[in-house]
Amino acid sequence: MTISPSSIEQVIPGQGAMAQPSAAPGRTRRRRFRFLTNAKTATGVVVLAGYGLFAIIGPWVAPYDPDGRSGDILQAPSASHWFGTTHLGQDIFSQILVGTRSVVLVGLFAGVLATMLSIVIGVTSGYLGGLADEAGSALSNVFLVIPALPLIIIVTSIVDQASDMLVALIIGCTSWAWGARVLRAQTLSLRRRDYVEAARATGERTWRIILFEILPNLTAIIASGFVGTVIFAVMSEITLAFIGISSVSSWNWGTILFWAQGQQALAQGAWWWFVPAGLAIALLGTALALINFGIDEFVSPRLRSGGRARIRTADGRTARMRVGFTPVLAPAAAVPAPRRRPAVAKEGGHR
Amino acid sequence: MKFLLQRIAFYLFTAWAAITLNFFIPRMIPGDPVQALISRNQGRISADAIQSLRVLFGLDKNQSLAEQYVDYWTQLLHGDLGLSFTFFPTPVSTVIGDSLPWTVGLVGITTIVSFLLGTALGVGAGWRRGSWIDALLPATTFLSSIPYFWLGLVAIALFAGPGSFFPSSGGYEPGLVPAFDQYFIPSAIRHSILPAATILVSSMSGWLLSMRNMMVTVSSEDYITVAHAKGLSERRVALSYAARNALLPNVSGFALSLGFIVGGTLLVEIVFSYPGLGFQLFQAVGYKDYPLMQGIFLIITISVLVANLIADVAYLLLDPRTRKSG
Repeated sequence: MTISPSSIEQVIPGQGAMAQPSAAPGRTRRRRFRFLTNAKTATGVVVLAGYGLFAIIGPWVAPYDPDGRSGDILQAPSASHWFGTTHLGQDIFSQILVGTRSVVLVGLFAGVLATMLSIVIGVTSGYLGGLADEAGSALSNVFLVIPALPLIIIVTSIVDQASDMLVALIIGCTSWAWGARVLRAQTLSLRRRDYVEAARATGERTWRIILFEILPNLTAIIASGFVGTVIFAVMSEITLAFIGISSVSSWNWGTILFWAQGQQALAQGAWWWFVPAGLAIALLGTALALINFGIDEFVSPRLRSGGRARIRTADGRTARMRVGFTPVLAPAAAVPAPRRRPAVAKEGGHR
Repeated sequence: MKFLLQRIAFYLFTAWAAITLNFFIPRMIPGDPVQALISRNQGRISADAIQSLRVLFGLDKNQSLAEQYVDYWTQLLHGDLGLSFTFFPTPVSTVIGDSLPWTVGLVGITTIVSFLLGTALGVGAGWRRGSWIDALLPATTFLSSIPYFWLGLVAIALFAGPGSFFPSSGGYEPGLVPAFDQYFIPSAIRHSILPAATILVSSMSGWLLSMRNMMVTVSSEDYITVAHAKGLSERRVALSYAARNALLPNVSGFALSLGFIVGGTLLVEIVFSYPGLGFQLFQAVGYKDYPLMQGIFLIITISVLVANLIADVAYLLLDPRTRKSG
């Protein structure tokens, strides 16, 4: 459950692409979805869409009732039970399909809640400064340092059989701090920009400046924070279900793992009981992380992995591409990419 | 110096916030958890212990909230965290004292090793951008998306089992007495290899990625170009110029995300039935053992704060600018 420090924080001084308005206003409509052309993002979005689809139709297309018992006890995967069965003869494939909805809903709800909180606390403390800033950043730093998962476990365990929505509420209320911190830092650098000063000078109200001048320029950071929180929320929800704190009567992937662990699936060699749920989690996490990389690279083009590492130079030797230096390419050998000029092009000079 | 004092003040404030949170959480529990315990253990529970639990749960209705708060602090400063329900009538502080070394040994060491290893690999990946290491990045993303505890389950299924070198549960051979001797230490190490490997595999990639991204960002700075132009060796530029500067945000990132990491790694203990704090927390949750849960939360928070302070000192040593300003 590592929340990897987003590289976005590093472009905060504000040379990032996000700060500049895009070049040609006439082409904005076509360029709006440009970040989808990134292979990583596209993969992530496609996988995520698949999960979204199953979250909606899962309970209807599930071949069996996830609670329904049958005589096929602890069967290995077969044509009739794709992911095998449990100790009570329940179909694991159906459990996973039905459980998708709860996972996606909790992730979404907690993500939205935490993002709203982080915007409110981060942007206002960054923009208003003074006492509000002191209070806001102290609050978010405290929440950042206090271990979130043990806190979530303890708060949830007070409630008997916590429902999905309550779990999402608890997770959302405890996981906004990272986003607030990043947003505050970026707002600090935005509030002295000329266009914000201009808006202030023309007598715009504070809430209007925040909503219409500051927020649109934070879109990428907000999106990345949202995706990160969803990953954390999904992991936390599954963890809670796995250790048996949240309601065990409704299905999610953690519940499956809870029963697998409780019924000694490992000792019985029933690998099919816990492998599919784990892979489903890992794939969802990967998809979300890929989207986040896409956003990071969109914001900070330097992070994109360079094209080919070895390139033939003008005098016929091969040279290894290195950050900061680009070998002189012969015009003929130049890659026909539009931006790459045959002359010395200093890579990383995107400022 | 000013930097360090500011940080210490902040950590004291956070500790106060965590303790206050800990004071309020049990007051949200419906019903009277202490009464149930007393009736279950009729006659075996001393009046002192009952009083201590009543203070912990705020069950004394004659007291105002402020008085309860003062009482709670007094009790806490005496090291009294109440009695554990699970291991009744052992005090919570004893239970925590027994399991803390295991967690510090496993989670503490693996977290540091994972940070160092991931950072070192990240330096390589960031410096040689576009090399084969970049192709590994999606794989590391996948690994870090796996919940720690699930990876632990798979590790047990694959490597542990009857007759295997790796034991699937526990912290040492059942017949041994914990001591620093030639029987116990090898057994403890053998039991910790699999959980440690699990944590390493899934937590390393986060550091790798953030360090790579920092290296890429730093590599296009002017002073790197100057260092190249001076004809310094590639190795020297990479390590003394780029990596040294790229390390700073990674160290502060390490300090900030410790809370997240420790929370996640504690779960590995559950899967391996490793006798540390995470496993105790799991058992406490099962028995609705609120005093133990609170005590563990408090200890984890304070450990994370101490670790943060250490990371800050490391930052102070790495970045001369922070020393000058004070």
